[in-house]
Amino acid sequence: MQTANLLPLVLVLALIAYGLAYMRSRAVAAPLGGIRNLKALPFYYAARAALWCAIPALIVLAAWAGFEGQVIQGIVIATLPPESWPESPGQASLILSQISNVAAGKLNPEFVPDHIVAAASVLEAMESRSENFKAALVLLVAVGGATFAWTRVSPHVNARLNVETTLRRIFFVCAALAVLTTAGIVFSVIFETVRFFNRVPISEFLFSTSWSPQTALRADQVGSEGAFGVIPLFTGTLLISAIALLVAVPVGLLSAIYLSEYASRRVRSTAKPVLEMLAGIPTVVYGFFAALTVAPFIRDVAEMVGLEASSQSALAAGLVMGIMIVPFVSSLSDDVINAVPQTMRDGSLALGATQSETMKKVIFPAALPGIIGGILLAASRAIGETMIVVMAAGLAANLTANPLESVTTVTVQIATLLVGDQEFDSAKTLSAFALGMLLFIVTLLLNVVALKIVRKYREQYE
Amino acid sequence: MSDQTTQAEIVRNSLKRRYRKERRFRLYGMLAIFIALGSLFVLFADIINKGHSGFIKTTITLDVTLDSEMMYLDDPRDEDQLSMADFVAPIIAALQEHVPEADSAAERRELGRLVGNYAASEVRNLLENNPDFLGTTQTMEFLAHDRVSTYVKHADDPSYSIKLSEQQQEWVDELVEKGVIDTSFNDVLFSRGDSREPSNAGILGAIVGSLLTMLVTLAIAFPVGIAAAVYLEEFAPQNKITDFIEVNINNLAAVPSIIFGLLGLAVFIGLFGMPRSVPVVGGMVLALMTLPTIIISSRAAIKSVPPSIREAAEGVGASKMQVVMHHVIPLAMPGMLTGSIIGMAQALGETAPLLLIGMVAFIVDVPDGFFDSATVLPVQIYLWASASEQGFVELASAGIMVLLTFMISMNALAIWLRKRLERRW
Repeated sequence: MQTANLLPLVLVLALIAYGLAYMRSRAVAAPLGGIRNLKALPFYYAARAALWCAIPALIVLAAWAGFEGQVIQGIVIATLPPESWPESPGQASLILSQISNVAAGKLNPEFVPDHIVAAASVLEAMESRSENFKAALVLLVAVGGATFAWTRVSPHVNARLNVETTLRRIFFVCAALAVLTTAGIVFSVIFETVRFFNRVPISEFLFSTSWSPQTALRADQVGSEGAFGVIPLFTGTLLISAIALLVAVPVGLLSAIYLSEYASRRVRSTAKPVLEMLAGIPTVVYGFFAALTVAPFIRDVAEMVGLEASSQSALAAGLVMGIMIVPFVSSLSDDVINAVPQTMRDGSLALGATQSETMKKVIFPAALPGIIGGILLAASRAIGETMIVVMAAGLAANLTANPLESVTTVTVQIATLLVGDQEFDSAKTLSAFALGMLLFIVTLLLNVVALKIVRKYREQYE
Repeated sequence: MSDQTTQAEIVRNSLKRRYRKERRFRLYGMLAIFIALGSLFVLFADIINKGHSGFIKTTITLDVTLDSEMMYLDDPRDEDQLSMADFVAPIIAALQEHVPEADSAAERRELGRLVGNYAASEVRNLLENNPDFLGTTQTMEFLAHDRVSTYVKHADDPSYSIKLSEQQQEWVDELVEKGVIDTSFNDVLFSRGDSREPSNAGILGAIVGSLLTMLVTLAIAFPVGIAAAVYLEEFAPQNKITDFIEVNINNLAAVPSIIFGLLGLAVFIGLFGMPRSVPVVGGMVLALMTLPTIIISSRAAIKSVPPSIREAAEGVGASKMQVVMHHVIPLAMPGMLTGSIIGMAQALGETAPLLLIGMVAFIVDVPDGFFDSATVLPVQIYLWASASEQGFVELASAGIMVLLTFMISMNALAIWLRKRLERRW
């Protein structure tokens, strides 16, 4: 039975268990003189039965569904005659996809060797057997759990304590999922990155200035050696992020100042939500805007003044990205400006300073650490932004500081290397994970530093 | 005395300059707001300008005589004959009735290129389903060829290149005048999946894919997010484990979304062997991505429930868990819902992680399950925006308008919920 069907079935069973245990607890209570002689309300006996029914069954289901594919693949490979055992993981995945295509009827069995056809029938048999075993085991565990809980409905057991402890543990697991996610991210990039550094030395990755991740179809092909130097990608990322910050910091900061110090209540209450809309627009929309409107416009303007601009210039991507992060800068600056104590403002104004002088000479210096923290957060967002640069920046890894030329970024390369079919084992694919690791480390550092600055600044005025 | 006068004078003399500076500073602020709001306006205007024509389709309505001789077909029930028959000939003949001057073989071929590439198969389907139509004349509405569509919709727009010959342009003008070629609301856009031909492509597949993905995301992120928030606010002891979890959540909120795509690729697809391009995996990746947002906003909602409520419940003998389940969660629910809807709106517009788990495949069929290959609305927009045919640009913009409509209504719902249900203590 399909996992998708088993899931609702288990939930229905849990509901039935709930109902049965509820009735049972009332039946047990009746001769004693009503439910007040039970240690807990009938609801808790029922809830305990439902939990006993669902949780073990769901754990079994998840474990089975998670590892079923791997186990079956291993068994199928083992049934192949020894001379056709795959030598590398890449070959294994090729053979496996052949086998599964034959099994699914997408590939005519006449076109493949006999052992593949035999393996395909093994695969089909294993899959249907696995489905049956899975369904039987899950249902058995569910019914078994429910029965166990049903027998334990007794006036001497405090079911409420059991239910509450279980719930609290479930809550803890949910909170710990964040840690698990971080661990998942770290491990998924680390393993592949280590494999990548086995092929390409880390010094070349960090210090070489050329990037062209070609993989050769044949070993003797010209240019079969890919170049994996991250410097041009990094300078490209920095160039685009710098342009974005050059737009976002002044615009965001000044609009925050205007809205918090000058604007009337009415202007503030309309302009602020509209400004925040900029943050809610999907990045793919900005990418579309950058690639199809801003980039051609910049190229035309540059041509008019006699400059040569690429149709995928860094400037277009940077400008649009800058607009995108304006609300981040403005709302963070707004927070920190408002956190500066009113007494400082009043003191400065009482001495005869104008509003702008108060702003520039008193509030701004006081708020500076917080503002810097906000800018760092915005920078981390600019560096990790993907869609705008995928659509509007180029693929060619140019080492340049000219904003009218096309550059590529770390995120663009991750996306292009991993989109579509790829073999899991080539240096080309693995390099994307190494880039991901680099991106993760850089953004993490920026965030940690920024959050620390912001927190320290807040404590200063509390 | 004289010293003070000079100082007052200095101040008075500098006042003009200082006021000027003040005005200039104010102006800068207004300019900044103007730039930000102006670019939002330009963005919207540009997309509406590019996309409004995406909601219009160009059709050719013809009286097609299903002549058996012309099609080399005398029994529509015969599969072999159907596969050999010529279904283009009757369409050309029907067109010729309106354009009698086109009668050479080359001109007839040119004429045939006015209708879309799927017109012939429409005739075939009609005959296959109604074999007794053979020999009769039927009024059929065909989608015009993309080139015709571009010409009809954008003849005056220099940014579109017209790929029709002079001759064809004349014919199209004539047919438009006669009312044979007409434009109407593009229902194809909302009833089909992707296609290689812009006029035949729709966003229904992507909308359904988005819906399925969002359902998975919601089913995971909402309960888990609330449970995590409740644990951290109500149960967590003050220790290192709790601190570690909190630091992790705050950092995850700022991790670039593409990294979550790497996680999905390596763990869900690589380690667990889940299929590529399916809504379940996409939904799981997006759920992990939106979890921090939901946790953070739910914690704020729980914090805003006053302690007096908790104390009152504890006072009448409720256990900690009963306080939480019976009082805190119901009272914090509006805030939690608002946060979750905003998080879901974010997930709806997310593209990058889904590229990595293979939801960029070219998929024609509307997906019909959580384990069916699918794409989502933002990815569809990305695919169309990077397609080479110019007809896809207006579709991408139309798709953006639909996506933005969804997102704005979700955010409006969140604001409405907050206004309606929020309680001030």
